[in-house]
Amino acid sequence: MSSPALFVIGATHHRVPLAVREKLSLSAENALVLQRELRDIDGLREFAVLNTCNRVEFYGVASDAAAAARVTAAFCARQRFDAAEFEKIRLDLRDREAVQHLLEVSAGLDSQMLGETEIFGQVKDAYAAAQAGGCTGPVLNRVFQKGFQAAKHVRTNTGITEGQVSVANVAVDLALNIFGNIKGTRILLLGAGEIGEKTAKAFQSRGAAALTVASRRFERAMELATALNASAMPFEQREARLAEFDVVVCATSAPNVVVTLAATKAAMQKRPARPLFFIDQALPRDVDAGVAEIDNVFLYNLDDLAKIAEENRAAREAEIAKCRAIVSEKAEALWRQIAGQVEALAGGASPRSTAASAEVTSPVSDRAPNGSAVPSPRGN
Amino acid sequence: MSLALTDRTWLLAAAGFYFAGFAWGTVALLRQGRPSGPGTYFTIAIGYVVQLVGLGIRGRAVGGCPLGNQFEVFQFTAWSAITLYLLVGVRFRNSLLGYFTSSLAAALTLVSLAVPAWDATQRAHIFGSNPWIELHAALAVFSYGVFGLLALTSIMYLLRNHSLKSKHLGGVFSFLPSILDLDHIGVRLLGAGVTILTTALAVIALYYLRDISSANVLKILATTLVWVAYGVVFTLRMRGRLLAKRFAWSCVILFAAALLSIPLVDRSRHPASQGTEARSQ
Repeated sequence: MSSPALFVIGATHHRVPLAVREKLSLSAENALVLQRELRDIDGLREFAVLNTCNRVEFYGVASDAAAAARVTAAFCARQRFDAAEFEKIRLDLRDREAVQHLLEVSAGLDSQMLGETEIFGQVKDAYAAAQAGGCTGPVLNRVFQKGFQAAKHVRTNTGITEGQVSVANVAVDLALNIFGNIKGTRILLLGAGEIGEKTAKAFQSRGAAALTVASRRFERAMELATALNASAMPFEQREARLAEFDVVVCATSAPNVVVTLAATKAAMQKRPARPLFFIDQALPRDVDAGVAEIDNVFLYNLDDLAKIAEENRAAREAEIAKCRAIVSEKAEALWRQIAGQVEALAGGASPRSTAASAEVTSPVSDRAPNGSAVPSPRGN
Repeated sequence: MSLALTDRTWLLAAAGFYFAGFAWGTVALLRQGRPSGPGTYFTIAIGYVVQLVGLGIRGRAVGGCPLGNQFEVFQFTAWSAITLYLLVGVRFRNSLLGYFTSSLAAALTLVSLAVPAWDATQRAHIFGSNPWIELHAALAVFSYGVFGLLALTSIMYLLRNHSLKSKHLGGVFSFLPSILDLDHIGVRLLGAGVTILTTALAVIALYYLRDISSANVLKILATTLVWVAYGVVFTLRMRGRLLAKRFAWSCVILFAAALLSIPLVDRSRHPASQGTEARSQ
């Protein structure tokens, strides 16, 4: 091979703190402009940009060894970021390592929250955008498509995605263990702080039937209820109306208990057969610990939720070696399939003849939607 | 496979399938920390078909529903529980219900096969020429199968409740259905079981009204006691007086008591008065 031709450069959460990632993150407008600029770079045959809150990465296939450096320069110029500074923090992988990196990213192995599945959708979106813009060709098409298959394989055959690792999602999972389905549940949020809001949003995102907010400052409850498309309720009514709710998220900064044992017993007399789930995220605690002794009442505090999240995280980490072995094997196999194509591109073979040879070795046509075998970054 | 195999051979094979489902589930739980899912479901389904063949051969031999001795009652109870599992189990295929059901079916069928005395006497035409008595017996034993499945879901409820209260949610606990789902299915199974047993008792009551002399007092008393007990539990549950753990424990204890009543009822029968003996198949 004349020079490394498949590359990934960028910046990720591993080496770049949030404050810097904020400066590197591409706005929608900048992403569009940069895409046009990248299409004009000499020697860059294919590219795709992955831009999330934890990473900005450029995947490319180049026929010119300097193309990757030109991509870096264009990006830094667009973001008005010091190129020398970027050199210190950047991710820079080539060929097989680049393939393995994409597979690991797609499978959630490189994520800040190990095993999270949102990244899979983000990689798919990035690929779809690049493909729609005519920026991908036979190499990246194959690498991304095989990467998606590998990510699915890892998720299906390992425990990397099992168990929630954020406190809010752990709370929702617990509710599923109690109610089976979130859709019919009514949620009461006590307190209008950030922690409670996150948990309430997690319930809403999973389809909770209704959310009611109560805060010691009613105007704050109204404000949050409006923002969350929920209803507000005077804080003083919390105990009298307790029986109306299935899940009570408590996150006030009240110095004393705000849900008493007596009030909970009274509520359960009105709904004896339906469970009541308290998520007490407050410090000091909002719910009388004695309610946990009542039949059909389940009480989890912040420590309980954090412990479950930590156990899930540890379980996922225990799966990493297995996942990496799978990914490594898949990356090796994929690289063997595409190395010839990449070398041909690096050696300056015409895109069309490269695509033709790819079609001989691949059962799947890698033609771009516009019909071009190797869509030029410059567009057709 | 030939139908020349004896009924007991078929029933032994069925027990083997149920046990295989149990063993497969145990291995899956120990090695992978999860139920075997569809594997258990299909193993149980094969066992069910094989058991049906065995019970069919036995039924033809005795000229009716094979409920003439303790062995047959245990077999029929297991078959009834499996029938229901195959109907409701699709929803819970990846949960532990299949594992528990295969455990119950394996236990009932293997124990019944292991005690030769329970099958020492095969009574033919035990219901005489009256199909209503046969219907009563079949319904009554079928209700025991329903109560068996209820006991299993109640055990699952208790395990789920324990896991939620003690905050141990990992491992096999993560494959238990939600506590509300288990409660709902428990209420439905109890309602179905009570309805079936009520129908069985109504059928036999109509018959005995015409011929009280043939009534087996101990059998009627035992069955009626089981019916009353389940009826009371059902009423209390519907009125919100017996809930959660206490409801689940009641269902488990009642099923154990109902099973224990079977030998009592069986011993009270008069072979001579209930039909001619059939030769072993």
